[in-house]
Amino acid sequence: MIRVIPCLDVNRGRVVKGVNFVDLRDAGDPVELASTYDREGADELVFLDITASHEGRGTIVDLARRTAEQVFIPFTIGGGIRSDDDMYAVLEAGADKVAVNSAALRDPGLVERCAARFGSQCVVVAIDAKAVEGGEGWEVFLNGGRVPAGRDAVEWAAEAAQRGAGEILLTSMDRDGTKDGFDTALLATVSRRVGVPVIASGGAGTLEHFAAAVTDGHADAVLAASVFHDGVYSVAQVKDAMAAGGVAVRPIDDEELRI
Amino acid sequence: MTEGPRVAVLDYKMSNLRSAVKALELLGARVSVAECPAKADGADAVLLPGVGHFDEAMRRLRDGGLDGVVTGAAASGVPVLGICLGMQLLLDSSEEAPGVPGLGLIPGAVRRLGTDRKIPQIGWNPVEWRPGSPLGTLEGPERRTYYFVHSYAARPDDPADVAGTADYGGPFVAAVARGAVAGVQFHPEKSSRAGLALLGRWLSAVADGAAHTTETPR
Repeated sequence: MIRVIPCLDVNRGRVVKGVNFVDLRDAGDPVELASTYDREGADELVFLDITASHEGRGTIVDLARRTAEQVFIPFTIGGGIRSDDDMYAVLEAGADKVAVNSAALRDPGLVERCAARFGSQCVVVAIDAKAVEGGEGWEVFLNGGRVPAGRDAVEWAAEAAQRGAGEILLTSMDRDGTKDGFDTALLATVSRRVGVPVIASGGAGTLEHFAAAVTDGHADAVLAASVFHDGVYSVAQVKDAMAAGGVAVRPIDDEELRI
Repeated sequence: MTEGPRVAVLDYKMSNLRSAVKALELLGARVSVAECPAKADGADAVLLPGVGHFDEAMRRLRDGGLDGVVTGAAASGVPVLGICLGMQLLLDSSEEAPGVPGLGLIPGAVRRLGTDRKIPQIGWNPVEWRPGSPLGTLEGPERRTYYFVHSYAARPDDPADVAGTADYGGPFVAAVARGAVAGVQFHPEKSSRAGLALLGRWLSAVADGAAHTTETPR
């Protein structure tokens, strides 16, 4: 089954976007928002910590702990993970997976060490890729897409998987924020090349885009932020559209749990 | 019943237990996180979680004496539930660690998933429960689709020990049960309402059994 994954941007322990839900007691509380996505049928969650200051970073460990205690679906923490010890801290707090991006490019051995220490299933390598201007293929960008890393995205994905990444979170910088659809050519190329699941990210705008990421891009999971946070689509609408497009998704249980 | 069953969650430092403990507490259990056998004394049931390598897990269980907690519980009819690697440990052996004996509570071996699809399987998959399985449900797929993360799966010798199956480019065993010993390959504590409902059914069975035991003259 293809997973549908809302992504939450978190700054100093508060959700940056995603205030367009009604009935939230505290719209800025990432755990409450996560719980809402769980009820709506999200298969997994990604928290992206965009806290700039070092002192604010302890909040992400606290977030992992509170989420693990209150939200019973898998979740990934990414953003600002620089070392084995950073990774250990969020996993120990209860995160299921950790996403590494720039740190893995600077020190590819980090992927190997963490896969050996925690298991590949915990290690997600996030790749920000952009089509080479006037050329072929895609190149990797660092630091949220501002700095070219001088690496081919498909080759880096293959190396990351070979070093022990359990999944590749693949964001198209060309499509991110455009709502023009996922970059299915990029997705299909990487998915064919690596033997681990690929999560499609960047460009979701219409309901049809999600199924296309799977049928054309061969993605194993689809991630989106703004279409969910802005209330454009619900998780249920996305899943219905994917099912209508011939993609197997987890059916949503919309009845309250009776304990 | 005024108080929920006492569940010992075995902690041999192979996985984070926070979600499993909180899920059981949410469902009314009184949880004792047991790093040593003494902390599992008097438990109505034993939960054996686990993520990681079969060999490392068995070594840690043996070093801490927790293997005896599981086998002792099984021998006296105290319900045991293994989750993920914790389920695999219930069998005799694993292809992941040739020559390393498992707990041997469910005859059979653990083998690498036979599939042409990506390994590990990471994601949600519906389970077909055997009718009458106390852990299972015959409700619709929205009530029995769970979150899996694994590369290996159990192959019990006796088909009667298979409580549920799923398909990942071929059928595999998703749940086992033999007497009071049960195991699930998926993570109920990460499987949203379907997973919590399963843990709730297990706790109900534990509570029924515990009540039964206290009513029985010794």
